[in-house]
Amino acid sequence: MTTISDEPSSKVSFWYDPKVRSIISQLILVGLIAWGLYALVTNTIHNLERLNIASGFKFLSTEAGFTLIQSWIPYDKSATYLRAFMVGLINTFYVAIVGIFLATILGFLVGIARLSKSWIISRVATVYVEVLRNIPLLLQIIIWYKILLLLSPDKRGSISILGIGEMNVTGLWTSKFIAHDGFWVTGIAIGIALVLAWKVSRWAHKRQDATGQQFPSFWAGLGIVIGLPLLVFFATGSPGVIESPEFVSEGPMLRRGFKTGVGFVFIPEFLALLFALVLYTATFIAEIVRAGILAVDHGQTEAAGALGLRRGTILRQVVIPQAMRVIIPPLTSQYLNLTKNSSLAMAIGYPDVMGAGGIVLNQSGQAVEMIIMIMVVYLTFSLVTSVFMNWYNAKMSMVER
Amino acid sequence: MKKTLLAIGLGTAVSMAAATAAYAGTLDDVKSKGHIQCGVSQGLPGFSNADAQGNWTGLDVDVCRAMAAAIFGDATKVKYTPLSSKERFTALQSGEIDVLSRNTTWTATRDTALGLNFAGVNYYDGQGFMVRKSLGVTSALQLGGAAVCTNTGTTTELNVADYFRANNMKFEVVAFEKSDEVVGAYDKGRCDVYTTDQSGLFAQRLKLSNVNDHIVLPEIISKEPLGPVVRQGDDQWFNLVRWTHNAMLNAEEMGITSANVDEMLKSKNPAVLRFVGKEGSFGENLGLKNDWAYNIIKQVGNYSESFERNVGPKTPLGIARGLNALWSKGGIQYAPPIR
Ligand SMILES: N[C@@H](CCC(=O)N[C@@H](CS)C(=O)NCC(=O)O)C(=O)O
Repeated sequence: MTTISDEPSSKVSFWYDPKVRSIISQLILVGLIAWGLYALVTNTIHNLERLNIASGFKFLSTEAGFTLIQSWIPYDKSATYLRAFMVGLINTFYVAIVGIFLATILGFLVGIARLSKSWIISRVATVYVEVLRNIPLLLQIIIWYKILLLLSPDKRGSISILGIGEMNVTGLWTSKFIAHDGFWVTGIAIGIALVLAWKVSRWAHKRQDATGQQFPSFWAGLGIVIGLPLLVFFATGSPGVIESPEFVSEGPMLRRGFKTGVGFVFIPEFLALLFALVLYTATFIAEIVRAGILAVDHGQTEAAGALGLRRGTILRQVVIPQAMRVIIPPLTSQYLNLTKNSSLAMAIGYPDVMGAGGIVLNQSGQAVEMIIMIMVVYLTFSLVTSVFMNWYNAKMSMVER
Repeated sequence: MKKTLLAIGLGTAVSMAAATAAYAGTLDDVKSKGHIQCGVSQGLPGFSNADAQGNWTGLDVDVCRAMAAAIFGDATKVKYTPLSSKERFTALQSGEIDVLSRNTTWTATRDTALGLNFAGVNYYDGQGFMVRKSLGVTSALQLGGAAVCTNTGTTTELNVADYFRANNMKFEVVAFEKSDEVVGAYDKGRCDVYTTDQSGLFAQRLKLSNVNDHIVLPEIISKEPLGPVVRQGDDQWFNLVRWTHNAMLNAEEMGITSANVDEMLKSKNPAVLRFVGKEGSFGENLGLKNDWAYNIIKQVGNYSESFERNVGPKTPLGIARGLNALWSKGGIQYAPPIR
């Protein structure tokens, strides 16, 4: 819209006034969209009625009747369809959070490795990225699952996975911590320790900015985060125990193997999905990290080198902080991708929100309602991600100025 | 302006969708497109299974072939849509298929809340268990603590939960959408038990790496009447499916087979003459030609022929007629008369 047309002009008749026209066309647009939506909704309802398909969300409170292999919340025989859906939602969060954490670490390592001076390291990293990025994820998930089932000893045997636990075809069994009454004090201590560690690092930064003196804030922080809760834990009389998995090797065949409910188990469906998601997403993260590092002006590295800093320090203190600005926005969208890709879980029977929601859909027959609920979940993930990205970009462009 | 155009486009698209959703009789629809779109399984030997050339065979497939024979006089005028247990009802509701003939259990929920109608029972089944012989288990009541593999979106996953809970046994269900995943996981030892319709156990067993290491336990824990399904609200189409199945049963009862049906045209028996369309107007009442039943038997055969060819004792499945014998022979297959 130009300034000329915004000037009041008595010569232009009402209908030719661009302002009036724009308002009218917008009104028509809104009207059409509203009418379109109305038609869509009434049409759907009408069709469901015509086909005699029950509709509405009342079904969510009926008993589900089926079981789910993994659940973080109580899920028993009286559990409702809604609860089954929630179980799925939590399972999605679970694999997404663990997956994002591991994919980030692996992605950064591989991204840096690709830029390594060592020919072997950079080659290996390149081959890994090129191969895994180009194999469809669904295939990778299924292959990982088959490999896991094939390599693991059967239910009545187990092999130990160094430092993590024991593995057989029913999953990877490890110890779990059981909190007793009074553990909340330690919980608070963890919170306080985290805040303290953050304060220390802020203080150390400020001091370094002002005086140039360094302070080992990482180690200090680590000490606080581990030490303080431990101290409080013992001081309050150790309210909690570590429960190890229990392996039964005698008695009827069916009772042998790891005892259900004792210790903690990563089921093979979860592990296969996790491996596939992490290995696949890490290839993209590696490329983002590589691009981010390459985007940092070479002069920065040279200048830091001229100051006599070591290579590792240059990478950590000079290059990565600047690269982060380029890395974080696409990284966020990889996190979103990983979360969305986790919906392929149903192929191997991991009950994520798509899988559990799908079972509810099928058993209840309420397709439209369930699809809406699942869509809302993924839409929320997308919106939250884009809100974060907008916020981050705004913050970064301010700093640049 | 662009936006306005877009909105108008959207509006028209929506109203057009509304127009095409208007109802057409399935039979007219099928006649005009020249084939039946038949929803089947993704591969269940004996019931619906495709060979390397993509030719489908099986007891459930024969229902669709018989319908095509009745409508077009040509049993090959069928196109198949393989569906997982989870996809099947949506495919039928949305009109993607004309009939679902896929070892589907007739239940109250499906018959009412899902807007579907079961047109008959072409196989009376029940849910069973299969285990490795090495477990030393001889009864389902010894299965406490077992991990059980099965399909999602089935009556099976509901029954198994009911059964273990009712008998106070601990259990864990590993459920997959695709049967190949279920069988694969069971085969690799992820589960101690594989449960599904007993007919399915006999069929899927053939896919295991070592068939003889497994046994089917004696318990049958549910009623699984399997049959073809159509959408509610189209009685003409419903009648056609129902009477196609009834025709195959009646033919068996009257001794009409694909081999002798031509001679039957000259029969003296009025019931036979009605059947083959020499008397009465039973085909016309269904919206078909009067030789509809003749064509079914000529091209597909009667129920017994279909059973023996696909799942009977001489096939790899080796299933006895049992409940599926005619009512006059100790079973419960019973068709109302054509008259
Ligand atoms: N009759 C049951 C179970 C039907 C079912 O899906 N069975 C599986 C296991 S026998 C199957 O058909 N698999 C073949 C396939 O998925 O294509 C039902 O209607 O819910």
